Amino acid sequence: MASYGWRVDDLDTDEMILNMGPQHPSTHGVLRLELRTDGEVVRAARPHIGYLHRCFEKHAENVDYPGVIPYTDRMDYVASMGNSLGYALAVETLLKIEVSPYVQTIRVIMAELQRIASHCVAVGTYGMDIGAFTPFLHLLRDREKILDMFEWTCGARLLYNYNWVGGLSHDLPEGFVKACRQFLREFEAITYPELIDLLLKNKIFVKRTANIGVCPVEVAVSYDLTGPNLRGSGPPRDLRKDAPYSGYENYEFQVCVGKGEFGPLGSCFDRNWVRTVEMAESAKIVHQALDRLEKMERADVHEKVPKRVKPPKSEVYSRSEAPRGQLGYFIVADGTGVNPYRVKVKSPCFTAMSVFHVLSRGMYIADIIALIGSLDVVLGEIDR
Amino acid sequence: MDAARIHQRLSAHLGEGAVAFQADALQPWAVVAPEAIADVAAFCKSDPELSFDNLMCLSAVDYPKETPPRLELVYHLWSYTHSHGFVLKVHLPRESPSVRTVENVWGVANWHEREAYDMFGITFTGHSDLRRILLPDDWIGYPLRKDWVDPDFYNGLHVKPTPQMAERSMAGEKMGVGPFDYTPPNRHVED
Repeated sequence: MASYGWRVDDLDTDEMILNMGPQHPSTHGVLRLELRTDGEVVRAARPHIGYLHRCFEKHAENVDYPGVIPYTDRMDYVASMGNSLGYALAVETLLKIEVSPYVQTIRVIMAELQRIASHCVAVGTYGMDIGAFTPFLHLLRDREKILDMFEWTCGARLLYNYNWVGGLSHDLPEGFVKACRQFLREFEAITYPELIDLLLKNKIFVKRTANIGVCPVEVAVSYDLTGPNLRGSGPPRDLRKDAPYSGYENYEFQVCVGKGEFGPLGSCFDRNWVRTVEMAESAKIVHQALDRLEKMERADVHEKVPKRVKPPKSEVYSRSEAPRGQLGYFIVADGTGVNPYRVKVKSPCFTAMSVFHVLSRGMYIADIIALIGSLDVVLGEIDR
Repeated sequence: MDAARIHQRLSAHLGEGAVAFQADALQPWAVVAPEAIADVAAFCKSDPELSFDNLMCLSAVDYPKETPPRLELVYHLWSYTHSHGFVLKVHLPRESPSVRTVENVWGVANWHEREAYDMFGITFTGHSDLRRILLPDDWIGYPLRKDWVDPDFYNGLHVKPTPQMAERSMAGEKMGVGPFDYTPPNRHVED
């Protein structure tokens, strides 16, 4: 057995090892944290991951390129659309396929709706971790509406297999635009302002989160935090702006960053604030995409789907902005087989978890819960 | 800066011929000697013209059929300051591969290197905490290598009953490992 870095004999008399998880409800999955505590203070923390390891990379070497897509759905199961989109983009780069603007627009709609749904879970469960139960119910109600729309489009509510290499599995159903606008109106008029009032202006919530888990920019960049976790620390870095894909350059939206209003910049509150404000920005993007869609002719979404995916000998590292940050796929094609030679996933949650031992040093045990929630990790994506 | 100029900058620092450059790839890469990677990484980060402050991804790839057979480490670098990226590669032998760690340069390399150790058996010298990360601590072997064969048993538990196993066990081979010395149930078919 490998050593865990400290043994019982190493501990001071006051110190104690506390195991949190892997079945703890607020670790957001099967994550085990080994905390070295001195009273209520955490001296050091050590995350143990791998409980949800499903050999994604090994599976990917044994199925053909389109066959990997259902597996990508199962990594970040709270935001499956983003995962399969990233993979489809990577393989399309290898094959040099350019999908039609119609497909791109639908992809943007789906990705942004998924971002809202994913942030609904993130912010809602974060409130619940801290002790605010009501926002969770409101947000899950709205996530449910998005899932209904996904189900209407492609038949699945959680794992969609929707973004295919070179296209989509299904076209949007008749009346989708109207239903989507209806949802966005409800979301923007009711749920979003309610959420701000209930949670983000809540004095208890602010006091509980604004001074803890502070992540300086250098640490965030060194540990490759991306997405809302990085933007919470200040830099306005968003791949949708910096390296646009799927036609994101055609949409107007703000990159939300943490402001450090109530405490130091980069605190748990800031990360959560970025996620919340991003929901409104995503709604804006969906509105614009729906406008574009209404002006377009319906096109065949299977037009560019290749019959046989067999890229030439090449390799690519392709990134996309998933709800939890930059999701990268490194794909090596050997040019002979129809299976990928190697698929490596850089998941944003994996890197966010790797900074945990730095951020948690010197915290109180109760704040550990607030820190995990603010990093918004999904264990399916960490362990893959 | 584009890849060709980044390569020029690197070879100016390391000396001509130290970096083999592959320009005609989708994303051009440079191959660095294993013993130089830690210095190259530090230079990539500290040099003001390169300033690769972010390690996007660190992957390992197994090429057993190449001559000579090799393991490859692929470093995908990104600079937030200049918005440019580059790819570094290191070739390692498949027998006892070992390379210096870059976790002092980019913190995120710690876990990426642990994953490469876990899945490919690459040792990173100077690494602060080189343990298996995704697989159990008592796992034997490195599953993402191309010559990996699934084990029949894990901790004495029969995990993969195959016809071949049944034949082997019926031929009298003692197949148990671990504390239980478990015999597959289909052993008794013939009896």
